[in-house]
Amino acid sequence: MKAKTSRLAIIPALVLALLILPIGAATLSLLGTAFDWKFGWWAHSLEPFETSLGAFQTVLNVPGFWTSVGLSFWIGLFTALISLTIVMLFIATFLSSRGFFWVWVLMKPVLAVPHAAAAFGLLFLIAPSGFLIRLVSPELSGFLRPPDWLIVNDPAGLSLALGLILKEIPFLFFVTMAALPQTDFRRPRIAANMGYGQIWSWFISVFPGVYLQIRLPVFAVIAFATSTIDVALILGPVTPPTLSVRILQWMNDPDLSMRTTAAAGAIIQVGVTLLAVLTWWAAEYVVMHLGRMMALRGWRFKRDKILRLLSVGLLGASVLIVSVGTALLALWSVAGVWRFPEALPQVWTLKSWSDQATNLWETGWRATIIGLGAATLSLALVLASLENEYRNNKRATRLAWWTIYIPLLVPQIALVGGLSVLFIRFSIDGTLWAVILVHMIFTYPYIYLTLSDPWNAFDTRYLAVARSLGKSVNRAFWSIRLPILLRPVLAAFALGFAVSIAQYLPTLLIGAGRQPTLTTEAIALASGGNRRVIGTYALVQTLLPLIVFALANLVPKLLWSNRRGLQVRSVE
Amino acid sequence: MNDQAITGLQLDNVEIFKGTVRLLGMDAIIAPGQILTLMGPSGSGKSTLINAIAGFLPSSFSCTGTIRLNGQNITTLPPESRRVGVLFQDPLLFPHFSVLQNILFALPAGGTMHERCDKALTLLHEISMDEFADADPDTLSGGQKARVALARVIASTPNALLLDEPFSKLDADLRDSMRQLVCEEVARRKIPTLLVTHDKDDASATDGPVLTL
Repeated sequence: MKAKTSRLAIIPALVLALLILPIGAATLSLLGTAFDWKFGWWAHSLEPFETSLGAFQTVLNVPGFWTSVGLSFWIGLFTALISLTIVMLFIATFLSSRGFFWVWVLMKPVLAVPHAAAAFGLLFLIAPSGFLIRLVSPELSGFLRPPDWLIVNDPAGLSLALGLILKEIPFLFFVTMAALPQTDFRRPRIAANMGYGQIWSWFISVFPGVYLQIRLPVFAVIAFATSTIDVALILGPVTPPTLSVRILQWMNDPDLSMRTTAAAGAIIQVGVTLLAVLTWWAAEYVVMHLGRMMALRGWRFKRDKILRLLSVGLLGASVLIVSVGTALLALWSVAGVWRFPEALPQVWTLKSWSDQATNLWETGWRATIIGLGAATLSLALVLASLENEYRNNKRATRLAWWTIYIPLLVPQIALVGGLSVLFIRFSIDGTLWAVILVHMIFTYPYIYLTLSDPWNAFDTRYLAVARSLGKSVNRAFWSIRLPILLRPVLAAFALGFAVSIAQYLPTLLIGAGRQPTLTTEAIALASGGNRRVIGTYALVQTLLPLIVFALANLVPKLLWSNRRGLQVRSVE
Repeated sequence: MNDQAITGLQLDNVEIFKGTVRLLGMDAIIAPGQILTLMGPSGSGKSTLINAIAGFLPSSFSCTGTIRLNGQNITTLPPESRRVGVLFQDPLLFPHFSVLQNILFALPAGGTMHERCDKALTLLHEISMDEFADADPDTLSGGQKARVALARVIASTPNALLLDEPFSKLDADLRDSMRQLVCEEVARRKIPTLLVTHDKDDASATDGPVLTL
């Protein structure tokens, strides 16, 4: 066949530029700042190369520094361990049951709720003056004023971990579901026939294979949880806060010399995240050997009923907490007078909404534009990447997978922090385009990861038929593959939009405060504690992705309402 | 080299390799309206031969020799320029198009929409499917789908037809009528046809030459 150079050939280079270039740039800029390099363009200086360790000495001498490091480390591992355990136990328990399709339907919206909104919902639920304590006050508890308990912002970071777990459960759930079709479900049945307990059968026969496939997402969870900013600003400990929050404080310090401290902190953050991942990696070996030993000794673990009930209960609770939390956001946004022990507001009002209307509209509109822009551009790039893979008869290699995951494995404070130094250096920060571009670093991977499975599962003989009917390869793409795959394409788009809406740090740092969105506004309000105003912002922040998810679900349904071959069939 | 134009599908010393292993070789001329049947067990490379002639050879395979269609060398042409129609085991009707739209998509470009619909309906009438023109392909029976798939490939006015075990997934009673329909269409439209199969009944139904691998 004639080797025609396709315009698509440029796509892999573009993707690499999007995913890898920022890493390189951020690394360089962080190292340059932290070690105070004085050379070349970096510092507008012609002095010989100099480097200094001063910033690191400053960082290490900050009071409570090691506490912050320890917090980030343990919260990362704890979050990953608990959410993975709950999801795995649940799937082991529930997979064969008929209700599974409904769990899927219920979990989907939770995935769309932004981290910050989920965290605010949790805050309104469990805080000392929150909904739960109001429910039992004063009748059961006797409280007439909120108890002086450190439930949220607790120094150990438990509420922060809980807030993260709520959102990591649906993430790991869907990642695992995507990995499951490649496993043979007869295996756990064989084990069960030998008298092994249901959960244990699943763990010895299915889990090892599934885990290999969800390992990178699990690492991404660890990376995210060790370095989260937005959730930590809402639920995290205060004195001292987690490492990433401290770094952000240094970045925003009016004293510009703190920038070098921040850069040194960001490098240490990368180290902490790496250490957490390596610790997990080591633990994998221990678990593997223990599991194998127990399996070879023939331990049956037959009596797992409590564990099965617990897994269903915990997963159900996580969905319930996010749902009730979202309802509480709505409640607070229309609350007038709402004195403490009362479970519901005494006075209802739309005052918060009318007061905030202008700013809500402006920040909401901007968030939408950024979200649509980042999701559309990323989707176009993903479609081009996948089509390029198909035309060259190539699949993403192992290396390519790591590349796609890199933006999700590097702590955002380091990646975006490093980029922002560069953007400021070249005065391109603060523009809408810069924000969209940096959002794309995070929307591209999610869209690619969501779309690649359904894309590759497509029966390419349809394309062969189209071409033997005389249609060009482009025509086959536009008229056959894209319309048939409309559902997964729109679903991936919606996820990309949700990812963009939830972005806090890229919007804040790259937008340089001049591109405020719902997310940055809501989190800026967190410290003020005005729940009525927070309620409005966090609620709109939740509704935007939910609306896009709903549309992505509805459009193919309406468009293909009389095409049975394109309807979703419930999973067996 | 092309001193005299031979009508039909000509496989000139065509050999299929998987890596360096030779799977099959074939040297044949299929005259217009003739059905050549190629019999062989699964894994013998007969489907790969179909892919090679249609232009979809997977990169793990290679093909030597020359494929000519009505005298024109099509060996290196892209699939859409070969005018070679393929019927697979599955009907592969486009699920997002109605039955009529499937046919319209296959008709060569040109003509008003009205003329195109007329042509498509005529084709559907010939296979007694005109009353299903607006139907969702997924609601058709297996035999109906197979007939629409045949009408669709005919609609694209191919110069040659490749049949990749097209009857193997049909019920036994449907198989005979479908074979008959295909033979009629091929004879009437004078299309050179290559049928690969492992079913002896397919071969005996065509009254054309049979090659066994």
